[in-house]
Amino acid sequence: MATQHSSMQWQRPPFIKSALLRWALITGSLLYLLVGIGSLDINWVRIMQGGERGLRFVGGFLSPDFVSRGPDILTGFIESLTMTVTSTAAGVLLSIPVAVGAARNLSNQFFYLICRAFIAVSRTLNEIIVAILLVAMFGFGPFAGFLTLTFATIGFMAKLLAEDMEEIQASQLEALKASGATFLQRLDFAVLSQVKPRLVGLSIYRLDINFRESAVIGIVGAGGVGATLNTAMDRYEYDSAAAIILIIIAIVFVAEYLSGIIRRRIQ
Amino acid sequence: MLIIESLDKKYPTGDRALKSVSLSVQTGEVIGLIGPSGAGKSSLIRCVNRLIEPSGGSITLNGKNILAMGQHQLRLARREIGMIFQEFALVERLTVMENLLSGRLGYTGFWASWFRRFNQADIARAFELLDRVGLSGMHNKRADELSGGQRQRVGIARALMQSPTLLLVDEPTASLDPKTSRQIMRLIIDLCRERGLAAIINIHDVVLATEYLPRIVGLRAGEIVFDGQSQSVDQTVLSRIYGEEDWTALTRKVQQAASSGAETDSDSDTVADPVRLYQ
Repeated sequence: MATQHSSMQWQRPPFIKSALLRWALITGSLLYLLVGIGSLDINWVRIMQGGERGLRFVGGFLSPDFVSRGPDILTGFIESLTMTVTSTAAGVLLSIPVAVGAARNLSNQFFYLICRAFIAVSRTLNEIIVAILLVAMFGFGPFAGFLTLTFATIGFMAKLLAEDMEEIQASQLEALKASGATFLQRLDFAVLSQVKPRLVGLSIYRLDINFRESAVIGIVGAGGVGATLNTAMDRYEYDSAAAIILIIIAIVFVAEYLSGIIRRRIQ
Repeated sequence: MLIIESLDKKYPTGDRALKSVSLSVQTGEVIGLIGPSGAGKSSLIRCVNRLIEPSGGSITLNGKNILAMGQHQLRLARREIGMIFQEFALVERLTVMENLLSGRLGYTGFWASWFRRFNQADIARAFELLDRVGLSGMHNKRADELSGGQRQRVGIARALMQSPTLLLVDEPTASLDPKTSRQIMRLIIDLCRERGLAAIINIHDVVLATEYLPRIVGLRAGEIVFDGQSQSVDQTVLSRIYGEEDWTALTRKVQQAASSGAETDSDSDTVADPVRLYQ
């Protein structure tokens, strides 16, 4: 065997065996990168302006103004929080039947396909796109936002819950079936009891996401503090904008902390 | 009370789990179903309450044809058939009391069960049964806090909550240690006798089966190859059920167990705990 290794040197075998192809790919990629950078139309003057604006923004952050737009900010946050809570509650409630339909062990082929299709659509469409559509349909304001977040919540919750439901212990379902329990009773005793911790955990997590999303979809007109933030930016009121962003960060922190406590309690 | 006639079960994979099985069980009669793994014991008892849909034959329980029933009638019929499982199949995250009351779900409306507002008589019955299986005071413990033997006791009590006329028992002792196995076996037999219940007990422990059960049915590859008194389980019978093997040692234990079971009315442990022979 030793005769096959004339020297004791070793190198890791290259990912692409053919040296020609390897070097062609490397030089090709480098060229593409150079051409790509060259094609960028960089406006250095504009960048300098951007830096200036950025500095003004940092200045605004250092002196956030909670007061002069106070009533607007307050209304925005109340709207956002209302949207968050209502859409999470409605979304979670509606996601449960969809999850049952999308769980292979609880559903039949027909409902399975319908529910999975709904989940796929809901998860493919980004919140902003849905919000744009719904604002066009129902007009500006928090109702469109509520519908957007509810729709997104159903897809998110139903997918994750369905996966959890598919992994429950089948023996419990079988035992209850054998005792003459109805389908709904089996869902209550055998399924809900097994997925409850995850249901609560996911709902709290989704509440978090919905609050952050509620700030974003306001920018496209779906109500909430996002709209207030957008207006503040449009008017170059960076100090008010900074105040809004700081409050958003604070609320997300508090929510994170509280959800941590609740999740620890249910485990 | 239970009459099974030429029951067939063919799985979509083409496996014939049961081949024209006929068996009848009298009111209050407890039979032991033995046989090698994969012989169709579990399929047979699951066909009785149609957890598995049979492919052919007929099953009559208390004069009613189980196989002709629609979904609603079947649900009502299942209330009369209690089932006990190898891995207990308790709702692990619920309390012992909720597990017992889940045996009454077939008699309880959805909203009553959702809010756990069970019939007062059912609750009284649950306490009584809990006491009878030796778990008094445990009603608010969560099922996953209990030991294996205690869980099986909950499983037995849950089945009895249904006020069944027939018990289907699937390997009740396979997950338990030898001593607990004997206690559980004795509990099941005693309860059947007290309440005049018929039972089919799947069990792979031949010694335990013959000690406690007067009638033994042997299943092999989906066919009944033996149906008789436990005293007549001998080398020839064991070879017929399980295949050729040196059965002398086991036969001696079986004969001893069967005769002691018959004499002592299976209530006392006159035979020292035998070392189990899993063949």
